[in-house]
Amino acid sequence: MKKRTLTKATKDNFATIAMIVVLYAAVTIAAQAGLINSHLGGLLVPLCVYATMAVSLNLVVGILGELSLGHAGFMCVGAFSAAFFSKVTEASMNTFPRFFLAILVGGIVAGIFGFLIGIPVLRLNGDYLAIVTLAFGEIIKNIMNVLYVGKVGNSIRFSLDSSAAMDMDEMIINGPQGITGTPYDATFTVGFIILLISVIVVLNLVNSRSGRAIMAIRDNRIAAESVGIRVTRYKMLAFTLSAVIAGCAGALYAHNLASLIATPARFGYNMSILFLVFVVLGGIGSTRGSIIAAVILTLIPEVLRFIGDYRMLIYAVIMIVMMIVNWNPKSRAFIEAHNPFRKKEKEVQ
Amino acid sequence: MVSFITNLINGLSLGSIYAIIAIGYTMVYGIAKMLNFAHGDIIMVGAYIAFTVITTLSLPVGLGILFAVGGCLLFGIAIEKIAYKPLRKAGSPLAVLITAIGVSYFLENMALLIFGSDPKIFSSVVPFQTVAAGPFVIPGTTLISIVVSLILVTALQLFINKTKPGQAMLAVSQDRDAASLMGISVNGTISLTFAIGSAMAGVAGVLLCSAYPSLSPYTGAMPGIKAFVAAVLGGIGSIPGAMIGGLVLGIIEILARTYISSQLSDAIVFSVLIIVLLVKPTGLMGKVIQEKV
Amino acid sequence: MALLEVRNLAIQFGGLRAVDDFELTIEKGQLYGLIGPNGAGKTTVFNLLTGEYKPTEGIIKLDGQDITGRSTVEINRAGIARTFQNIRLFKQLSVLDNVKIGLHNQYPYPTAAAIFRLPSYFKTEKAMNEKALELLKVFHLEEEADTLSSNLPYGKQRKLEIARAMATNPKLLLLDEPAAGMNPNETEELMENIAYIREHFGMTILLIEHDMKLVFGICEELTVLNFGRTLAQGETREVLANPEVIKAYLGDDED
Repeated sequence: MKKRTLTKATKDNFATIAMIVVLYAAVTIAAQAGLINSHLGGLLVPLCVYATMAVSLNLVVGILGELSLGHAGFMCVGAFSAAFFSKVTEASMNTFPRFFLAILVGGIVAGIFGFLIGIPVLRLNGDYLAIVTLAFGEIIKNIMNVLYVGKVGNSIRFSLDSSAAMDMDEMIINGPQGITGTPYDATFTVGFIILLISVIVVLNLVNSRSGRAIMAIRDNRIAAESVGIRVTRYKMLAFTLSAVIAGCAGALYAHNLASLIATPARFGYNMSILFLVFVVLGGIGSTRGSIIAAVILTLIPEVLRFIGDYRMLIYAVIMIVMMIVNWNPKSRAFIEAHNPFRKKEKEVQ
Repeated sequence: MVSFITNLINGLSLGSIYAIIAIGYTMVYGIAKMLNFAHGDIIMVGAYIAFTVITTLSLPVGLGILFAVGGCLLFGIAIEKIAYKPLRKAGSPLAVLITAIGVSYFLENMALLIFGSDPKIFSSVVPFQTVAAGPFVIPGTTLISIVVSLILVTALQLFINKTKPGQAMLAVSQDRDAASLMGISVNGTISLTFAIGSAMAGVAGVLLCSAYPSLSPYTGAMPGIKAFVAAVLGGIGSIPGAMIGGLVLGIIEILARTYISSQLSDAIVFSVLIIVLLVKPTGLMGKVIQEKV
Repeated sequence: MALLEVRNLAIQFGGLRAVDDFELTIEKGQLYGLIGPNGAGKTTVFNLLTGEYKPTEGIIKLDGQDITGRSTVEINRAGIARTFQNIRLFKQLSVLDNVKIGLHNQYPYPTAAAIFRLPSYFKTEKAMNEKALELLKVFHLEEEADTLSSNLPYGKQRKLEIARAMATNPKLLLLDEPAAGMNPNETEELMENIAYIREHFGMTILLIEHDMKLVFGICEELTVLNFGRTLAQGETREVLANPEVIKAYLGDDED
């Protein structure tokens, strides 16, 4: 009995990790064989970024059960802080330790933001919480567009005013022009490693005392309190850890761009919503599902390239149809009844 | 002082437009219990219809407005029937939310295919000229926005409180099952809500593009989000709340843009929302519902 | 010294005094019943004892320690656990996990130990699993350990709630209508379970119940509430013979 309980969760985790490793191996082999054109090759790092973001958001939405619409904001913080670090240390450090530390910086700074934002946000409920996360995400994006950081002599100055920034000797973060010339350190392998570590961290958390506390809060806050679980502590834990992972994804993202600008298309609420789409389509709460949905939804527009201008329209239609087929009670029952691969649920008296 | 009052009036005008959109958001939330993220894009649909009828087909302005409102109304009903209704019993508000996002993508990309990505110059449809009263110079669109929103809100309040379908909407918003047992058609009421909310979004689209005459497939997205913020600020589900939330938001946005920083105005608007929710976690007019143990 | 001492407890909701001048003394090891017609304020008393509501007046002492006004979490840690009238399980989690969540504070290890899979994680989890299964066995739920808790039949869900509350190692267990919705066989089993946990764990129990057979069968002492006030208090047999109590119950069904 006890053994079965342990191995069931372990098996499931193993399947998720195996899936990522196999995907990585398949892509690497395909690349060696010259099967991946430059366009698809350019998608590999963003693919890892989006999959990691899906893992991060799934921790908040699926496992903690709170709706966040501002996760692109954490990614933005991670991206800018990591890129800033790389720019400052570029002359004095080698690629490997520098990039490693940059990712760490991105994760830690985003984690601090997650913690600080979490204090007020996690007091709210439901849709109110969702809109406040959206608000924080937009504020971060907005401030990044007016933030100037530069060097004056050997010291670093910052300003929210472009005219004051005129006096700086060398700009590092240049307001609406963002950061240019971040070293291109991101590779598919690094992306794969970040994704893999994120997945392992989240899965290990879920199958632990703290993870169960988080899920208990999701399922029934009042009952969780009644058995002595400190709700705020575990909400903060999930939210902060999620921000750390998003920050690492952002760091990866930043080192894949010629110029890092906080545009709405990259870090706006639309992006946060896209991550949410991954989580929901992947089956809320399933880390593996989130990753699969992130990969499929990122590739669909590429696969649909042959239909030209209609591709985004078709993409939207696919999304709506997928949601209805997956969630409509009648279609669900139909799939359940006609799926030969799925074992029938045990009848409940 | 004069410029401050002028700015206040401009803020009131933008706020009125937000209020009209926010009321649509709030009604749909209150009755269908869903966040209709595609609501902002209905604004864009309305503006494009008006643009096509008035500028491309050179038909009278009145006809353009009529088509815009009617078109949005039909779009609203159709979207609800095709995309949202199949998920009403799914038991997951997130599923409907994602579908709404799909609808939003769909509308934006449809507009992109039909009209292209380059912004269209939307010539104002408001027939009034700039009004000069003493030291104040107020554009006609500003006054019209305020007047139209006042008329719409009053009419809506009368409709909800004095008519049978309006009362049915109230009943469905409070308890869908009980309303259904009382013989109220829940499907019909939800359709009606989408129809009214979308028609109002159509009006908002025409007003918005008259005041800010550049029209693109993404025109509705940001005002839609702002209106959502306004609805939450006022207490989501409450129509007077949406009205107040919209006005407050519009005024703050214009004042912040003029006196603090035009680049940070959005950040300031969102900060106000956060501060209000921290003090009143269910918005200005929202009711506190405590979970029964 | 009594395990639970409640003096002059009262709570006011707006103009309504939902519970007023409530006094209660429960000795260690006792099985105490709280009965009364619907809406009498029984669950409100539970919510006051567990810190879900803050009392307007009065003192609650557990084992001599004043716990009045403390949070639900602190009160659970001090030693009061409860079940809920409208079952509140962690629905998306397995039966075993529900109990393990109850063991949360009994088997601590740092989150980092879980993330890095340190030896303390494996050791503590193993001990936790064993303890949880032991508790499930008491309620004959060990076969369903891997079942999703929401897939359990109603009667077993109620038992799982008791197992989860027991997992927090309480001094006092509050059961809110444990037999509600159970058939006579299940009620019979429940009575055996309650007797077992009293005997083996020396548990002190306060229970709200409508099933008079159960109340009469196991409760040693009773308090009868009506309109938030104490109508009668004392030994079960005497209280149930009290004409005031009979009057309060007349016309009221036994649901």
